[in-house]
Amino acid sequence: MNNIINIFQKEIKGYFASPIAYFLLAFFALLFGYFFYSAVAFFTVQGIQSQMMGRSMPMDVNDWVIRPLLSNASVIGLFLIPLITMRMFAEEKRSGTIELLLTSPVRDYEIVIGKFLAAWVLYACLLAVSGLNIAALAFFGQPDWKPVLVGLLGLLLQGGALLAIGALISTTTRNQIIAGGATFAICLLLWVLDWVSAYEQAAWAKAVSYLSVVQHFEPFSKGVIDTKDVVYYATLVFFGLFLTTRSLESLRWRS
Amino acid sequence: MIRVQGLTKRYARHVAVDNISFEVQKGQIVGFLGPNGAGKTTTMRVLTCFLPPSEGKAEVAGFDVVEQPLEVKKRIGYLPETPPLYPDMEVEEYLAFVGRLKGIPSASLARRVSEVCERCAVADVRKKLIAKLSKGYRQRVGLAQAIIHNPDVLVLDEPTSGLDPKQIIETRELIRDLAGDHTIILSTHILSEVETSCQQVIIINKGRVVATDSFSNLTNRLRGAEAIAVEFASSVPAAEAAGRFGQIPGVSRVVPREPRHDRHVVEIEMPSGSGVRAEVARLVVNSGWELYEMRSVGFSLEEVFLQLTGSPEQVAPVAAAAEGGAQ
Repeated sequence: MNNIINIFQKEIKGYFASPIAYFLLAFFALLFGYFFYSAVAFFTVQGIQSQMMGRSMPMDVNDWVIRPLLSNASVIGLFLIPLITMRMFAEEKRSGTIELLLTSPVRDYEIVIGKFLAAWVLYACLLAVSGLNIAALAFFGQPDWKPVLVGLLGLLLQGGALLAIGALISTTTRNQIIAGGATFAICLLLWVLDWVSAYEQAAWAKAVSYLSVVQHFEPFSKGVIDTKDVVYYATLVFFGLFLTTRSLESLRWRS
Repeated sequence: MIRVQGLTKRYARHVAVDNISFEVQKGQIVGFLGPNGAGKTTTMRVLTCFLPPSEGKAEVAGFDVVEQPLEVKKRIGYLPETPPLYPDMEVEEYLAFVGRLKGIPSASLARRVSEVCERCAVADVRKKLIAKLSKGYRQRVGLAQAIIHNPDVLVLDEPTSGLDPKQIIETRELIRDLAGDHTIILSTHILSEVETSCQQVIIINKGRVVATDSFSNLTNRLRGAEAIAVEFASSVPAAEAAGRFGQIPGVSRVVPREPRHDRHVVEIEMPSGSGVRAEVARLVVNSGWELYEMRSVGFSLEEVFLQLTGSPEQVAPVAAAAEGGAQ
């Protein structure tokens, strides 16, 4: 446990002592800020129009603003996660510090968990920025907070799953660009897998689309916590980290 | 302290280490000597549990590197060829991180960090970023990292590579300093380094151990003799003078060397312990030559090394000159 904390602290310091964390935060704040602005502006215009047309149905800020925003946040995450994970092990391998870690009295899974938790916390910091934007809505309306929190939880779980995959890929190379590129490709693929459901109804298509990360995020953005989706993300995290540990171990006999 | 038996390490296409065995006693400094690619780093990586052996056993402080890697890792300090440093960290921060990694309790961590900073002469850069350090400082921080948990065994992979002469001397002194408390294995391809810092030499070539011995035994065994260099001025040609030395009973070999300031220099070999030196001096004086210098010469480690690792073309000139001189 001490080892996990030690490695976790070192990684967090590594993110925040270098420009990486600030770059990612700024990048996320900029993109999410733009999405937020567009969503709110669109909502306002629609609201005025519907009033002029005499519709009495009030528009729901959760449905019109927050839900699409959470989906947008998950797309931004798709771009940022490879940037978080690409250096995780690739950099240690390139600079030779992996030799320090692997010759210290530390178990491989402790290294993996420490690094993963640090990356996850950084990702949570990014999500906090989006939470800040959404919280601003409280000044102008009465959004329902439960779906917002559930949505953020979904984003966090989804991020965890993709971070675990990124960690695994980062152990396979010493080149950060390859690690980042491959992670991006895999994340993107997991994203678009559910497109098959648009043109195919067979059992295999259902199975493939079940694997898509976006499929399992949908319910969260509506404020629904479904065990099946939680299990899906938890499985990805567990399996990803398990394989990462194995891959790290295999460095010993492959190198 | 270290016992290696029949260690073999195979990679996909070649054998890096081929059935080597050796032992190192507690408190010794052992030089691991060999040309680049001889298998030094691979052996060290096996000892530090970074690589598993393909065959054979390696034990450190009584623990097997495969069976009980955590116990081995607790007792070993390792400085790889490039010091494993995080450039974004301050020296102190880095050493504290490594200290915790090696299991130093937090109560004594700060004291330990200060101690190794003093010992490795990096106290003046404690608050500096590692990225800003010079090569010499980085090497010393690497060394500090290796000794922070006061390990029984220190494994240093080419600790002086890339340093300037002053830093090399400082690093060697530091290593000699550490020898009392730790058993040290250091690898190098610089022969003089072994000569100055190590009590025992393991010479390795193409993955095999070619010799294990103390440095002085090694040179003596190879030569089975001692040698003196004599510098003198004489009107007689060097070859003729060398011939006269050769006639002294007990002299086994005479090698003319490069003349210095128009004075002849010859190297005379004899069985150890014989009284030939006095005879040599008498011959010089009786012939009316002027004796300028007479001193013992050791077999240089370069020669030993080349003989053992078998590069005949480089040893040949010495042998040829010897034959010419003995006629």
